[in-house]
Amino acid sequence: MYGRTEMKLVKLGAAALITIVIVAGIAIPTSPEPTSWFQFPVIPGLEEKARNIFFHVPTAWTTVVAFLVSLYYGARYLRTRQADDDIRSVSAASLGFMFCFLATITGSIWAKFNWGSFWNWDPRETSIFILLLIYGAYFALRSSLEVEEMRAKLSAVYSIVAGLTVPFFIFVMPRIMSGLHPGAKGDASGSTPVAQLHMPPNMLTVFLLSLFGFTLLFVWMLNVRVRLARIEYQQSTHHA
Amino acid sequence: MLFFPDFANMTLMSFSTSTYALIEKDIRSEVRTRYALNALVMFVVTAVATILFALRSDNPSVELLSGMYWVVIFFTAMSGLSRIFVSEEERGTVLVLQLIASPSVVYFGKLLFNSVLTLLLTAAVTILYLLVFPGFVIKSYDILFVTVLLGSLGFAASATIIAAIIAKAGARGTLYPVLSFPILIPLLMTVMNATTRALGGEPFVNAIGEFQVLVGYLLVMVGGSYLLFDYVWKD
Repeated sequence: MYGRTEMKLVKLGAAALITIVIVAGIAIPTSPEPTSWFQFPVIPGLEEKARNIFFHVPTAWTTVVAFLVSLYYGARYLRTRQADDDIRSVSAASLGFMFCFLATITGSIWAKFNWGSFWNWDPRETSIFILLLIYGAYFALRSSLEVEEMRAKLSAVYSIVAGLTVPFFIFVMPRIMSGLHPGAKGDASGSTPVAQLHMPPNMLTVFLLSLFGFTLLFVWMLNVRVRLARIEYQQSTHHA
Repeated sequence: MLFFPDFANMTLMSFSTSTYALIEKDIRSEVRTRYALNALVMFVVTAVATILFALRSDNPSVELLSGMYWVVIFFTAMSGLSRIFVSEEERGTVLVLQLIASPSVVYFGKLLFNSVLTLLLTAAVTILYLLVFPGFVIKSYDILFVTVLLGSLGFAASATIIAAIIAKAGARGTLYPVLSFPILIPLLMTVMNATTRALGGEPFVNAIGEFQVLVGYLLVMVGGSYLLFDYVWKD
């Protein structure tokens, strides 16, 4: 995919950034009136629980990135018919499934402590649940197809069809359903497809570092998975 | 050329004649075997009877009724609509169809046949609900009519492309609802909302938002499926 040196940098970058985010996100104290960059403000209603934003939102973000990467390589497979594009597509999808699961768990725990129950069928909770279902269906479809070309082709088509419905979840549903996440219908700061970031600069810095760190982590994990899947593919074609 | 493979060398006239011929063939084989229709009708009856047993003498709310109305339609459609492509695979007629008809003709022929089947199915469920649930009273006919029409067409659009995909796979029967459900959720949530409005007797303008979503969904699904069908259909 990329050169070894680049991947080494990505790996080190991801490790460094996520370490910084874990340390800063957990250790920086909150204070009602922050006086220095080394204090987070107390957000009414969220308090210490606000720290989850550094871990929950990036996992959800990585899920979406992984879905788009999988979609991109799926569409590319339909054009090129190169087995390698399918390998990248399915590797991205399986990582996306994992991050989707993590986003659901971290979100669900946060929801329990902030909104009172593990699950409320808020529009974004519904969307992530459907994304889990899509990933589940995608892998069920793949395992029921034996011919490799057919598996690659049909799963690519399915992920594109599933991708067609994503705008409905992002743009339409939060508008017609009331929700608990920021940016939903009835939110005082305005309903927008993507929640606006009203964060003090030091929180925003940690948050953006976290987004970037998780993206790098995804790139590195994808690279490892793709290399492994390539070896498995070569072995299966050698023996067959 | 990649996206419009066969419209270039085909007139609209020959396109509509061949599509019509394909639908006629499907209807004729359906009338002879009554495979889909019999199964669908029996499925509707069974599903509604199960709901009646579960409810006993309870008087369900309007929201619950409109939800269960679409639940029955969803599972009934999932039991029968895949037939359209699966039967071609089972009878080994796929290659013939690939030779004599262009993919877009096959797609639109199958889509129209499925649309008609879904509309019939929805009509049957509506009549049955009116008969057996005293609480299922349609107060805004215009909303329900547009909802059922757009909902059924959108339903058929998704069901057709997924049917084309699973016809090539093993374990088709279980896979069909699994693959279709995530795709159909935006549609299902919208039609359930709109049906609640129709049963609640709201004025037509209240449901405009839902209809916009349904029209958008229909266009996106038909457009996307049309562009992708080539890849599914050709081996």
